[in-house]
Amino acid sequence: MSYLSLSEQDKKDMLAAVGVGSVEELFCCIPEDVRLKRDLRLPAALTELELVRTMEGLGRKNAYPGSLSFLGGGAYEHFVPTVVDYLSSRGEFVSPYTPYQPEVSQGTLQVIFEFQTLICQLAGLDIANASLYDGSTGAAEAVLMTQRLTGRPKVLMARTVHPQYREVVRTYIKNVGIELEEIPYGRDGRIDAGALGRALDERTAAVVFQSPNYFGVVEDAKALSESAHGRKALSVALVAEALSLALLEAPGRLGVDIVTGEAQSFGVPLSYGGPYLGFMACRKEFLRQLPGRIAGQTKDVDGRRGFVLTLATREQHIRREKATSNICTNQALCALRAAIFLETMGRRGLRELAWQNAQKAAYAAGRLAAVRGVQRTFSGPFFNEFVIGLPKPWAEVDTGLRAKGLVGGLGLAADYPELGEAVLVCVTELKTKADIDRLAAGVEEVLS
Amino acid sequence: MIKEIREPLVFELSSPGKRAGRLPALDVPEDPKALAGAALREDIADFPEVSEPEVVRHFTRLSQKNYCVDLGLYPLGSCTMKYNPKINERLAALPAFSATHPHAPDDLVQGNLELLKRLEGLLCEITGLEAFTLHPAAGAHGELVGMMMIRAALEARGDARKLVLIPDSAHGTNPSSAHICGYGVKEIKSNERGTIDLDSLEKEMTGDVAALMVTNPNTLGVFESDIVRIAEIVHDKGGLLYMDGANMNALTGIVRPGDMGVDVLHLNLHKTFSTPHGGGGPGAGPVGVHGDLVRHLPVPVVVEKDGHYALDFDRPGSVGRVRGYFGQFSVLVRALCYILSLGPKGVREIAEYAVLNANYIRKGLEGHYHLKYATPSMHECVFSDKLQKEHGVSNLDIAKRLIDFGLHPPTMSFPLIVHGALMIEPTETESKRDLDLFIEAMRTIAREAREEPEALKAAPHVTYVRRLDEVAAAKTPVLRWEKKA
Repeated sequence: MSYLSLSEQDKKDMLAAVGVGSVEELFCCIPEDVRLKRDLRLPAALTELELVRTMEGLGRKNAYPGSLSFLGGGAYEHFVPTVVDYLSSRGEFVSPYTPYQPEVSQGTLQVIFEFQTLICQLAGLDIANASLYDGSTGAAEAVLMTQRLTGRPKVLMARTVHPQYREVVRTYIKNVGIELEEIPYGRDGRIDAGALGRALDERTAAVVFQSPNYFGVVEDAKALSESAHGRKALSVALVAEALSLALLEAPGRLGVDIVTGEAQSFGVPLSYGGPYLGFMACRKEFLRQLPGRIAGQTKDVDGRRGFVLTLATREQHIRREKATSNICTNQALCALRAAIFLETMGRRGLRELAWQNAQKAAYAAGRLAAVRGVQRTFSGPFFNEFVIGLPKPWAEVDTGLRAKGLVGGLGLAADYPELGEAVLVCVTELKTKADIDRLAAGVEEVLS
Repeated sequence: MIKEIREPLVFELSSPGKRAGRLPALDVPEDPKALAGAALREDIADFPEVSEPEVVRHFTRLSQKNYCVDLGLYPLGSCTMKYNPKINERLAALPAFSATHPHAPDDLVQGNLELLKRLEGLLCEITGLEAFTLHPAAGAHGELVGMMMIRAALEARGDARKLVLIPDSAHGTNPSSAHICGYGVKEIKSNERGTIDLDSLEKEMTGDVAALMVTNPNTLGVFESDIVRIAEIVHDKGGLLYMDGANMNALTGIVRPGDMGVDVLHLNLHKTFSTPHGGGGPGAGPVGVHGDLVRHLPVPVVVEKDGHYALDFDRPGSVGRVRGYFGQFSVLVRALCYILSLGPKGVREIAEYAVLNANYIRKGLEGHYHLKYATPSMHECVFSDKLQKEHGVSNLDIAKRLIDFGLHPPTMSFPLIVHGALMIEPTETESKRDLDLFIEAMRTIAREAREEPEALKAAPHVTYVRRLDEVAAAKTPVLRWEKKA
């Protein structure tokens, strides 16, 4: 397939206009000895039909979509209303660049402005940016931001934060002189408040926790924020399951200063981990340190309302090495999907969606804990996922469940060896009672 | 009487009780104790309530207020706004890929892993590098990851060094990425050709310098002809050569960065490899490396053994994890589709016709606009508003007037070394007719600048909004809707 639009005659005419005899001549400034003197060793070009066959063939090598899966842990399978795909695949949304020319980008800019507002409403905070890459890089950006805001060198991070988020934060801070101290959890699956109190000192920039945390347990954001503020440190909440914000008290109203996380749940497909949708909201006094693009409202010369990218003096194209972040391209199309999703579900629909998640997860936890030898590992309240302990090795149970077409959950042994044979089970609104009963029966059979 | 109908914000359309999305009734027994002990909210204050037809009309109307590649030429220099093949959208959305969970066990996602491995291999061949990481989420993220690998390699040799050299023509993300990696930044001046001045480079390239970050062709659209010598100078002092591949569209199939001494390269799949820009992302910024840098690739790495694919986390030299899961997967699917569609000849034609189209525009505008550097252009050409400034017309006025003609303006915010820049990159997918229309529009504007400059300053005249007050937007920020008290 070729996507060129020049006829042979066009090429001749254009070469003549440019004043060269061949396309080759246009590359005269590339030294002869480094040029590639052969064809690239790539597979022969495919027509559309051949490409479809090839890609469908690769797709058939994936066995996952046919399974009944209870995987969560930072990526969630949720209902996506048809209008989300329908509207977000319009070329006018898919094929523009970043809205640098506001007069011809009001669609994208107004969508970003609406997205920022929706995120603020959910987070209970004053301002939000246009998006970040994902939850993990959002966590890293938040940590860098707290250091800029406080000038302090140490960040306390809960061990119940998504293990991959913690790894990404470590990668980001390695070269900029921030220390990271991990705070353990207690029997309820929440941060160990005593350990946190001992670690907090005047060198602490922020307390960073996730809620619901990686175990699905809802942290006490109010108490954590009060502890942080008691030492003049910032309170940062990570949210990996953004849907929980519809039901749980808004972090901003519990004293959290910065909320960042992953909004994949809002209409963005699982797609093996990406692209996803990082978001960040904070108090307005931190505006100058907020990373990423921001859309703002203004007026045109005729006094009509319009939107522009604003506060660019924080950004790399103006500030270069002094910018708040190096981010340029972000996740605009995913933010559009989220805006369509949230506006479609609306105030009542979104809350009902979240409520069904909590109810179904509670039912599943009850069903599984009734299986002999299985118990819930943590006593704390949970949203749509929870940890269970098994009397047999997870690898063995997993194999048994997979033979029944079930992916029962996510084994935690690699990330939390101290938990033994523990599994994180996620239940969203897409699982029916029959699906949950099938999982419980499957676990029972495999264990017996 | 209404003067005109404006599209409201969704919050202004909202009225209590309306909704679109509906769920089946809860089919499990309700548990009143669910979430007991957690602080719950009673409501999401002022959250929108609209019907499905309202949602569809709202977003359809908003979409019509955007210019896009599907409508016409989008000559934003350095952004490579080429046509995005529609089949790639469909294939990336196949449930076989889009429904896979990132925590799925490797044996259930063999297709995904094979796809990733295949893309890595093709990118290696196109760039002449040894290995690729597909994790980075965008170009700037790729720069950061590339610089982290450089730092790790130098640390392994015993000295991470302190500085990174960056030409004054570079994109702003380069210094910003180097900074987050813990490096100081030193600027290298360009010479009269618009390329790196070898004498300055030799002077600045000391034992303190970790790397030179070079964009090639650079942001002037000029190929750094001394690239081999540049690599030697950097390597002789024990430094590494980083190439920003934002402009790889000029080189595909013609020359490979790995063959001209580049150690680390990032690509922008949303530029060279046609994945759509989506109004500001998602993109993807894979990074290629060779030699002793390979062991520093981020985790996880896809490995293949006897036809079975797996994710390898056990990489002792790795810089670590740089993003959750495995990169912008569906963007990677699109890029693979694109390369498979084009094949070896098609990939070479990208560069050939991107460069021909840019030179055709350059020729068409020479004499009408000032060209600061006479050096041959590759895939883009950078004019300036110097001639129009004599009539008080700036590059901004020119850009806004182009909008009146139904065209998108060029890039103006950089390179910083060209004052009043008009950086034009047509890409290879444009027709001669579209190029001619652009040239004609630009010539008309040049004439208008001489004859009726005041009219240009009021442009655009026919858009949904006219020039917006960006100063007020930054001075008194209104960054969200709020219910009127």
